[in-house]
Amino acid sequence: MSSLRRVGAITAKEFKQLSRDRVTFGMIVMIPLMQLILFGYAISTTVRHIPVAVVDNSGSAAARVIAEQVRVTQVVDIVGNYNTAAEAETAIVAGAVRAALVLPENLTQRAAGGEPVGQWLVDGSDTMVSSALLGLRTMPLHLEAGVPQGAYQGATPSFEVALFFNPERRSEVNIVPGLTAIILTMTLVLFTAVALVRERERGNMELLITTPIHPLELMVGKLVPYIFVGLVQVTIILGLGHLVFSVPFQGQVLGLTAVTLPFIAASLALGLLFSTLAETQMQAMQMTFFIVMPSILLSGFMFPFDAMPQPAQYIAEILPATHYMRLIRAVFLRGADAAQLLPDILWLLGFTVVMLAIATKRFRKSLD
Amino acid sequence: MTELAIRATQLSRHFGDVIAVDNVNLEIPAGEIYGFLGPNGSGKTTIIRMLCGLLTPTVGEVSVLGLDIPAQAETLRRNLGYMTQKFALYDDLTVEENMRFMSRIHGLSRADATARIEELLDRYALSPMRTRFAGAMSGGQRQRLALAVATLHSPTLLFLDEPTSAVDPENRRDFWEKLFDLSDAGTTILVSTHYMDEAERCHHLAILETGHLRNQGTPQELLGQLHNRVVEISADDLRQVKQDALRLPQVQSAAQQGLHLRVLLRHGTADPISYLHTHLKDSTLTLTHTKPSLEDVFVASTDTGTKQ
Repeated sequence: MSSLRRVGAITAKEFKQLSRDRVTFGMIVMIPLMQLILFGYAISTTVRHIPVAVVDNSGSAAARVIAEQVRVTQVVDIVGNYNTAAEAETAIVAGAVRAALVLPENLTQRAAGGEPVGQWLVDGSDTMVSSALLGLRTMPLHLEAGVPQGAYQGATPSFEVALFFNPERRSEVNIVPGLTAIILTMTLVLFTAVALVRERERGNMELLITTPIHPLELMVGKLVPYIFVGLVQVTIILGLGHLVFSVPFQGQVLGLTAVTLPFIAASLALGLLFSTLAETQMQAMQMTFFIVMPSILLSGFMFPFDAMPQPAQYIAEILPATHYMRLIRAVFLRGADAAQLLPDILWLLGFTVVMLAIATKRFRKSLD
Repeated sequence: MTELAIRATQLSRHFGDVIAVDNVNLEIPAGEIYGFLGPNGSGKTTIIRMLCGLLTPTVGEVSVLGLDIPAQAETLRRNLGYMTQKFALYDDLTVEENMRFMSRIHGLSRADATARIEELLDRYALSPMRTRFAGAMSGGQRQRLALAVATLHSPTLLFLDEPTSAVDPENRRDFWEKLFDLSDAGTTILVSTHYMDEAERCHHLAILETGHLRNQGTPQELLGQLHNRVVEISADDLRQVKQDALRLPQVQSAAQQGLHLRVLLRHGTADPISYLHTHLKDSTLTLTHTKPSLEDVFVASTDTGTKQ
């Protein structure tokens, strides 16, 4: 009996503390809600609306018919037209489109002979995207006049496909660089989120804020060491990925650094903001969780970004991991130039400045 | 009239419904050791935090070293050393690392810092443990380190919030020697304490209770207020005498001290000895006037100690 009373006492106390800890209470409700919405609504493994370009070298009516028939499958969205295959390849490297359909000059002769009428140039780094595009290889085409009986009806290929960057379609090629974004989000946001809270909890802060130090000096000083932490982590992940998992490295170290530093800065600044919001280290960790989970699910790490519905894409665009996911895959796998990726880089830098400004403004040298 | 280091007028601070400090007026002369004496929760820490600009007063004005606080707190911070109640240095840095770190925060040049750190290590007997982690030191050592760090930038004003609460009496005595050295060199020191022996060493004292300033003056002035009001009683049955004494209207407090009963009489009792003789019906009574102590002052000034 007395044992039961003691269990009851602990339970009652636990409920009381739980209801007073608003962050934990929020997690109890928010986690199922978030997971449900993200998995159930936002995430779809059927890939549609992949942005592609068309390179029409034939200028024929048949070419326009083919492009239209490709469009209505809804697997792809034709977002651009290029004059040469080389231009299309540049756009693929930069990440503007995931694939390009090249229709040759001799399109009508090829159609008369029942040969494949065009070639898909595909960014193979994301295997889910490349699978969906491979599905178009044998899509039925309805062409008028001069086409042999039975051609383009699914048995023979309608298109040729050239898979760039990852012709064997190995998933680790896509996952390893993406993992960098996830691991860095997880660790760097967490490290800095607890940074200021820890000093406050240990009593160091009261002394520190009675010195002439400026809040910005304190913030920047706290961040600098973690820039190196971030660089070490990137080196470990990508180095092992290259050596152990044979992930090809197409880019240059300089470009890699140029896209990685803004992302590290953005993650650290976000963590610092949490540090000014949280009262305990526990709360700081919980806040980190709310950034890490959407970063895994929405950034394009697990599911192709293009396949998500618009609202989910808008949310994803807020997360630094989404921008870095694009950057690192472009630089590492496709050998893109940092200069081609300026919008994402600028976004990360802007994010850093805004977060740092809010954190500095929130951090007051007083105990009020 | 000497120059004032600190002037606070009608200082109040509320935390929600709680009034932590209520209408306190302070005038603290430069170059003195000024003590805040009061129990926990009397508002000592809150006042100190308001004086150094960490808390904004709900009502009232503060001027420290001629600066308007909290508006000009940043300027004050260059001339202020602060020793927080809780040890505020880094447990996982060594003595020397902590000092080096704070000297850089205060903007000392490398050469100045090195000279100053050596001087302080020597003065506070920290040289033998310069490579020891602050977390591994005893209470007395940590407190010497905290004082050394608080004086790194040679501030003209020092705030010490219960600096000796975790320190044994001998170390406490040494610590006060250091404070007198600093005071002789011209530093104004504000120290809060709940120890009577420490309070007695201050040049000036303010007695605080539940956020109110109950009494202030030099220890001599405060003790002088109790002239002829403290009587020591011996008797066979001290417990009974105490009960009886506490019922008398002119008795403010009575406390047993070993074989004696120490009785504090209210202000304006004409002849305490004959008053007690008349009203305490015990044939074994011996009554003598005795010198008041600061504890008597504290009890006389506050409600806390009354009638226990």
